[in-house]
Amino acid sequence: MSLNLTMFGQAIAFAIFVSFCMKYVWPPIISALRERQKKIADGLQAADRAAKDLELAQDKAAAELKEAKQKAHEIIELANKRSNQMIEESRVAAQAEGEKMLNRAKAEIEQETNRAKEELRSQLAALAISGAEKIMEASVDVKAHSQMLDKLANEL
Amino acid sequence: MAAEGETLTATSYIKHHLQNLTFGQLPAGYERADGTVLEQSMWTLAHSSKEAQEMGFWAFHVDTLCWSAGLGILFLWLFRKAAVSATSDVPGPLQNFVETIVEFVDNSVKESFHGKNDVIAPLSLTIFVWIFLMNLMDLVPVDWVPFLFSVLGVEYMKIVPTTDVNATFGLSLSVFFLIIFYSIKVKGVGGFVGELTLQPFGKKFIPFNFLLESVGLLAKPISLSLRLFGNLYAGELIFILIALLPFYAQWMLSVPWAIFHILVITLQAFIFMMLTIVYLSMAHEDH
Repeated sequence: MSLNLTMFGQAIAFAIFVSFCMKYVWPPIISALRERQKKIADGLQAADRAAKDLELAQDKAAAELKEAKQKAHEIIELANKRSNQMIEESRVAAQAEGEKMLNRAKAEIEQETNRAKEELRSQLAALAISGAEKIMEASVDVKAHSQMLDKLANEL
Repeated sequence: MAAEGETLTATSYIKHHLQNLTFGQLPAGYERADGTVLEQSMWTLAHSSKEAQEMGFWAFHVDTLCWSAGLGILFLWLFRKAAVSATSDVPGPLQNFVETIVEFVDNSVKESFHGKNDVIAPLSLTIFVWIFLMNLMDLVPVDWVPFLFSVLGVEYMKIVPTTDVNATFGLSLSVFFLIIFYSIKVKGVGGFVGELTLQPFGKKFIPFNFLLESVGLLAKPISLSLRLFGNLYAGELIFILIALLPFYAQWMLSVPWAIFHILVITLQAFIFMMLTIVYLSMAHEDH
């Protein structure tokens, strides 16, 4: 257990080990550690930011959804109103058209009646003449008598 | 139980286990353990404790040097392997393990040392892991390795370098050198001398101040190395004593002691590291 040169041998070995450690062991490990620490810190920061962004986006989406709902509501209301209006309009139009058609038919009927009357009248005149001719058996002046007959027909 | 030939007593067993494998110079005319007389001085391995002692200061403990160097290389190889493939992405198991230790050391340094110095952190890492590994050899059963080497013809083998006071002094002397180096570098020669002589009692008591402060300064490396050495030497000695018990009874004591020792070896490595950081941080501060 006496002191001897071993002491210095140990010191030399120690110096060599320390310098090797200082040059080749410590720097790469500690730099990897620092880099990872930085990465983790960055990652955490990014996560924070993302959470904030998400919250913002959620708020925005909610607002937009609300707006869209309101708009849809408005549109539906408008459409309802418009359809009611259209129904009303078409009803009015149909009514008008019906009336028009009815009127036209009435007019036509009247016209037809008039024509029938006219025809009847003219045929009646001819019939009366031929009747008179047969009665008289003598042809009178057709001109003079037709004037008279026309007058008669008009009185019918 | 490694000793060959001679009758094995408890004393000789303990002595044998506490003897380092010493390489040194024996003078001419020296009568060796086996009775032969050297014709001229020669460098050789000691074959007995007495021979090792005769070699005096100019000798090496081969086992201490080899084991500590081997463990240091193991440490650097492992950490270098992790450093080469270190990425800031998901770390593998080795990198994870190494990073845990590195971060632990880095935090310890940051807590105690506030200056800017690129040496202290790697120095602390080396101290912590290297001393831990050297201490860890203490948990290898005391007879295994010496027995293996005795089969190979090597008589002495002490595998725990930190139970050799030379190893711990080698470390603490390096730290001591660094303390003085940084004191002078930061405060200048004048500042350092002033620190040693002008406090705590002012200019009138310079010799007294100097005595006080130099004792304080010298106590640092001595306490540093003797604390580590004492703890590990005592631990090793107790393992050796336990190994003297009958083999069926050993586990009752050796297992609890080994478990307790896991704490001790880690703690001692940590204390050595922390005190180094604190001493160097003191060296950087002006009073």
